[in-house]
Parts: sequence; C-alpha cells; structure tokens
Amino acid sequence: MTDTNVIQVENLTKKFGDFVAVNAITFEVKKGEIFGFLGANGAGKTTAMKMLIGISKPTSGNAKVAGFDVFTNSEDIKKNIGYMSQKFALYDDLTVKENITFFGGIYGLSRKKIEEKRQLLVEELGLQNIVNELVGSLPLGWKQKISFSVALLHEPKIVFLDEPTGGVDPITRRQFWEMIYKASNNGTTVFVTTHYMDEAEYCDRVSIMVEGRIEALDTPKKLKEQFKVNSMNDVFLKLARNIE
Amino acid sequence: MSISVKNISKSFKDVTAVNDVSFEVKEGELFGLIGPDGAGKTTIFRILTTLLFADKGTATVANFDVIEDYKEIRNNVGYMPGRFSLYQDLTVEENLTFFATIFGTTIEENYDLIKDIYIQIEPFKKRRAGQLSGGMKQKLALSCALIHKPKVLFLDEPTTGVDPVSRKEFWEMLKRLQKKGITILVSTPYMDEAALCDRIALIQDGKILQIDDPKEIVKHFPTTIYDIKADNIYKLLVALKEYKHSYSVYPFGEFVHYTDKRDAIDTKELTLFLKDKGLNNIIIQPTETTIEDTFMELAK
Repeated sequence: MTDTNVIQVENLTKKFGDFVAVNAITFEVKKGEIFGFLGANGAGKTTAMKMLIGISKPTSGNAKVAGFDVFTNSEDIKKNIGYMSQKFALYDDLTVKENITFFGGIYGLSRKKIEEKRQLLVEELGLQNIVNELVGSLPLGWKQKISFSVALLHEPKIVFLDEPTGGVDPITRRQFWEMIYKASNNGTTVFVTTHYMDEAEYCDRVSIMVEGRIEALDTPKKLKEQFKVNSMNDVFLKLARNIE
Repeated sequence: MSISVKNISKSFKDVTAVNDVSFEVKEGELFGLIGPDGAGKTTIFRILTTLLFADKGTATVANFDVIEDYKEIRNNVGYMPGRFSLYQDLTVEENLTFFATIFGTTIEENYDLIKDIYIQIEPFKKRRAGQLSGGMKQKLALSCALIHKPKVLFLDEPTTGVDPVSRKEFWEMLKRLQKKGITILVSTPYMDEAALCDRIALIQDGKILQIDDPKEIVKHFPTTIYDIKADNIYKLLVALKEYKHSYSVYPFGEFVHYTDKRDAIDTKELTLFLKDKGLNNIIIQPTETTIEDTFMELAK
C-alpha cells in the first residue's frame, strides 16, 4: 500500500449462500479524494461499504482501509473513519449539543476537545439558536449537515457517506457538497454514494457497480468520453439499463 | 376539474405544514408537486385522500368534497404513500387480490390497466411482499393502487431513493397510465422529474412558490446564469462568493452556476479576479436555466 492510497481493495467478494452480492471488486482511493460509489438499487453498494467500514466480514479478497486490514483490524478501522447514512445519523430525542457530546465521547475525545469542537461546529454551521433544540424537531437538511460534522469530530482519515442528501432541498444539498469539498480540501478522503447524478459530477472519480461488479471507474470527464454521452446520468443509464 | 384545492392550511402544534395552498388539476393531467422533504407535500396528499382534515380551506377530488363525500373519494382514487404500506407477509398475488376484493372487483376485471406493470412482477407472484427488491415493491404498490380503476391517482414520492434507471422506467409507466385517462398527482424531490409533468407546483415550507408548465417556469428566472469551471472547485466556490458582484453561487454538475448583481457580467474582469485567486483553466459561459435554478431562486 502506498502512502497516498487510503483505501485499497483487491478482489473483495461477499457471498450470502449462493448469492454473490459483491463479486471480486478491485479499486483504490487516494488521500483527499472525493470518490463516488454509484450503482442501481441492489447492485451491492451497501454490502461493499459494510465490509469497508469493518462491520461485515468479506468472503474472500483483501482490503485495507486507513492502513488497517478489514479481516484482522476491523476495530482500528472503526476508530479511524467517520460514517453517516440517511437512515441513521443522530439521536432525535437528544439536543444538538447532547448529540455532539455523545458522539465525541464514543469517538474517545476528551471533554476539553469535545468542548472545543462543539464551539467550532456551532460557529461554522451557525447553530447558535438551535444548539439546545431536540434534533428531532430540525429540518432534514440541518440534521444532515450536523450529522456530517459529527462524523468528522474525531478528524478521521476517511468519511463514508451513504446517500447523505436524499430528499434534501436543492440549496441545502449544495451547502452539503460545499462541506464535502472543504473536508476534501483539508485532506479528508470522502467516500460517497448518491442517486443524484449531478452529484456524481462533483466527484474526483466515480465507480459504477452493476450486479456486484465494478463495471466502470474513472473521472466523470473520462467516463462521459468513454460512453460518448454528455452527462453522468446517461453514463449510468447506458451501464445499468435493463437490469433488475 | 379533477382536483381543486382552495386556501388549504394545516398545522401540527406550532408547525404550519401547509399554508394557504390553492391549485387545480385538470382531468387527465399529470401534475407534479415539486419540493424537498418537509415542504408539506405528504400533508396535502393526506388531506386530498380524506385521511386528514384541513384546518382551513376546501378541496374536491373528482368533484367530490373531501369531507362531505369522503366515501366516494375513497372509491375513486388510488393512493401510493411514500412508505411501502402493503402487507409484507402476504404474497404479491395475495396483496393484489386483497385490494381488488375490498374495492369489490377482481384482478381479471381490471387486468388491462395494470398489465404493463404487473407483468414484470408476475413471475414472483408467490413471493412475500417483504422479500421483494425496492423496484419490485414499487411496481406492486402501483398495481395495488390501480386495481379498482381509479379516476385520480395520488403518488407520494414514488421515486425517492430509487436509482436513475428505475426512476426512468417508473416515469414511462406514468405516461402510459396518463394516456388511459387517469389524472395523476405526483410528488418528488427530484427536480429533473419536474420536466416530465404537464404542470408543476414548486413548494417549500408549506407554501406554493409558483405553478406553471415546466417549460414556462424557467422563464420566470430574472437573469442570465453562467457556467463557470476551474481546476479547483472548492477554491472556485470560495473565490466567487468573495467576488463583489456575485449574487448567487451554486455547484451544478461539473460547473458552478453563477449569477451577477449586474445585468451583464464582465468576463475579462472576472477571469482576472479568479486568476488572482490562484485558479487556472477558467471557463465562463452563459447557460440555460433549469427548474432547479428557478426553485433555488424562489426559495432563497
């Protein structure tokens, strides 16, 4: 593994009985890269992501995340990555402040560090008026922005985002992507899944999974050239058409 | 009018979910409610399908009043809620038979209407609904909403979380249903789907921002939008926001969409400004307004 690759995956495979959910995928992600992980529903994205974040053991193959092996060091992986998904992000019945304190504690930050991080986060996101509100009462867009910041509290090398912007309004969706750009600019690697094809264009490189395999992987520009189309949406349609 | 909504408002405790909303949907029209999570779309659907009372205002569906004639409405509309609401432990066929029976009909009687859609899941008709993939669940839910041959079809975010291929197929199905004379009210957070509707209402925070034909709606945009690109998008965004003439700056696919406070931009000056900020490979060109641009401007 070279210094610049923070994710290195070789022939990673996951079977459930006879069903091959992830079929020998190979790729690497560089430090600070925004890596788009696309695919149709059921293509195997979530299964692949679960292996990379250390919560599902692969059937075969190799993968290193943040320098740690997914077979033998999955606990170290969990400490060195951030994760947010649309389904689970923050606790609705805790306040914004309580959520920050709670997750800071989980990630093993000191009280002093949590306090520092909290002040910084409140300032950057302009949370002054809502810091003592229950998260459940906030609009989805706010929750997602706070959730992303919380996933970065322990300054992980990589942050995994599973459909972070689904259903979010267009302005907030763009503010969210500005946060992603900023994190990437600071050297954090961003691994993101999305169904918005305009967001695929924001990524440095994009992989597209079809039936458990990575069928395409390149920069958005080169993928569009390769498939002779004008948008990532058309790349996606060409690759994933007629597959259910 | 197939659907007529007049000054409807609805609050939950101190949250105003729907705020004085009025619109009409013509017979046979495919009408889209376009707006993000929390805009009030589901509340409107629930009021129109007689599942919720409005605090104020009146509404009719298929010429029936949503309060007085709620039973007639229930017999004449199909409703596909945002969350999968079929019986997970009944099979595909059992679910469909169940819905046909409660509406006093049979699968055979209206098979023509659902054939297109049902044929794709028929090979799995003995499978329990809970075991279906997302795309198949969606097709079953649509079949169940259609089995009693409704006059009006309500689809609440049928494509949220669905991949682009399945979304495209779903819209092709809607177009075919429309040709069979069914009025369709559909909601979506995806702005690209708005272009596929006959007319759309842009909605945010319980208020309708604008109603028009999707081709017309972009004409309400007050100024020219420019596509701007450079070698580092994050630095470009920061720089454009600092530029004294900038009005709006949004990432948009491979470009940044930029509008200026002035009527026309000074391309030379802006290029120099960006070069000064350390950016290279700068492209600045006028571009077409999209529905998403319009939405963001109205919601600003």
